[in-house]
Amino acid sequence: MDAAAIFERLQARFGDAVVTFDSGGEPAVRVNPSAIFQVCEYLKTDPALGFDCLSNQSGVDYPKRNDIEVVYHLYSYRVRHACVLKVSVARDNPTMPSVWRVWKTAIWQEREIFDLLGVVFEGHPDLRRILLPEDWVGHPLRKDFVEPTEYHGISTKRESML
Amino acid sequence: MSLGGYDVEVQRPGGLATEEMTLNMGPQHPSTHGVLRFIVKADGEVMREAIPDVGYLHRSIEKIAEKVGYHGFMPYTDRVDYVAAMPCNQGWGMVCEKLAGIEVPRRAEYCRVIAVELNRIASHLLSVGSMGMDIGAYTPFTHALREREYINDLLEELCGARLTFNYMRIGGVAWDLPPDWVPKAVAFLDRFEPLIDEYNALISYNKIYVERLANVAVISAAEAIDYNLVGPNLRGSGVKYDVRKDMPYSVYPEFEFDVPIGTGEVGTVGDCFDRYIVRIREMNQSCRILRQALAGVPEGPVLTKVPRKFKPPVGDAYIRLESARGDMGWYCVSDGSEYPYRVKIRTGSFTATSIIDKVSRGVMLADLIAIVASFDLVAPEIDR
Repeated sequence: MDAAAIFERLQARFGDAVVTFDSGGEPAVRVNPSAIFQVCEYLKTDPALGFDCLSNQSGVDYPKRNDIEVVYHLYSYRVRHACVLKVSVARDNPTMPSVWRVWKTAIWQEREIFDLLGVVFEGHPDLRRILLPEDWVGHPLRKDFVEPTEYHGISTKRESML
Repeated sequence: MSLGGYDVEVQRPGGLATEEMTLNMGPQHPSTHGVLRFIVKADGEVMREAIPDVGYLHRSIEKIAEKVGYHGFMPYTDRVDYVAAMPCNQGWGMVCEKLAGIEVPRRAEYCRVIAVELNRIASHLLSVGSMGMDIGAYTPFTHALREREYINDLLEELCGARLTFNYMRIGGVAWDLPPDWVPKAVAFLDRFEPLIDEYNALISYNKIYVERLANVAVISAAEAIDYNLVGPNLRGSGVKYDVRKDMPYSVYPEFEFDVPIGTGEVGTVGDCFDRYIVRIREMNQSCRILRQALAGVPEGPVLTKVPRKFKPPVGDAYIRLESARGDMGWYCVSDGSEYPYRVKIRTGSFTATSIIDKVSRGVMLADLIAIVASFDLVAPEIDR
């Protein structure tokens, strides 16, 4: 099924308030953050859709629009088709439901997004930093992140030897 | 009582209390293949859990991409997975080409396939060799590394580097095949192919080796998909899926090759042995692809004209390719400027590490080494 056909099924099930079609860039389905869990569960359990794998989950910061976009690249090994979901959450309060109960791989992928972009996934069983140290301040993949001048007394600037 | 397939006699003499022990494995440990740490809770020899602690090699490669521009990022992709850097080069090339709608010349696609498949064999040799070493057989490691050196020589002649190649460019490859290089590559295949049988005779079906790997850390197909395992780890669980076959890219549809999967020949489908043997068989298939590619390299340019100030149109692109560690995802967002707005690299080692906590429950401590080796983890690929 292509993106448009998948969108039509989602539209019939959830209505226009929940899902919209986004044809800028790769065709994607925009989902209202509060409904993301229900949409994902439906995408996985519906026999014709059968998205059994969350292939990639990533986040993109858009300070100009004042939101953070979480992007889901889904794949179905059973039906052999792919689909993209995009969810926008407010930058100052980036909270949205976790989908780990649908796909276990989200446990780690959501931890990475939390670590690097600061999105809080509600209901996540283990939302800790994953790549950065526990005492790190800030989320480096946010566009307004300023590199600290030192970490535990170690300077992050290196003098030129020349 | 039975724990994780082992018959363990738990003795509690005289009503003495036993307690769980917390052990630290890594970050510096010879079998963690880089800097990787596990926090192990063990009851005697049996693990209750092994929680991976990653991030020691985080170099913020994705953030660097936002600062160095599209062309400038190519050498950094080598560092994502230094054991198989060619597929990383290709992934970055492919995602940029998709963003800007660039067509790669056919000769360049052949050069890419040849380089990537040679690199895949080199990576699998390191995995297979170090797997033997991790569970106590040192000799196979030296045999595997000996052949890997020949591949490094070939790739060095191709691009000047033995590990971090920086061979590919957006729109093709940096250098054409050197004169008389193709016969050398064919001579390597003639030498190497019979040696795969030697590895099988030496270790694959060695009784001690099989005992260490069969029925250890069995992962069902459904679990493998749920945790997003990819590549040989997924195929070891019996899922016949290879990006080169199922979402074809480059010139792979022109070549004949099979996709080996785990069959549980000495144990259960999805055990450590299946993940191991899939890699051995993939080396055979890579040789098949290489022979066809080397015989049919077309004439023509190896690099299409791409502006130095590369500005792809606003939008995003996601590509998947089969790296040595499986389906690798590259996501790139462009805002129309000279610098990528956001790059995300979804690697096989990252998702494979996430299942270790689950599969390590109830197995012996020594098997954690076999599990880590069977996933073919490369720590910088987890941490990026």
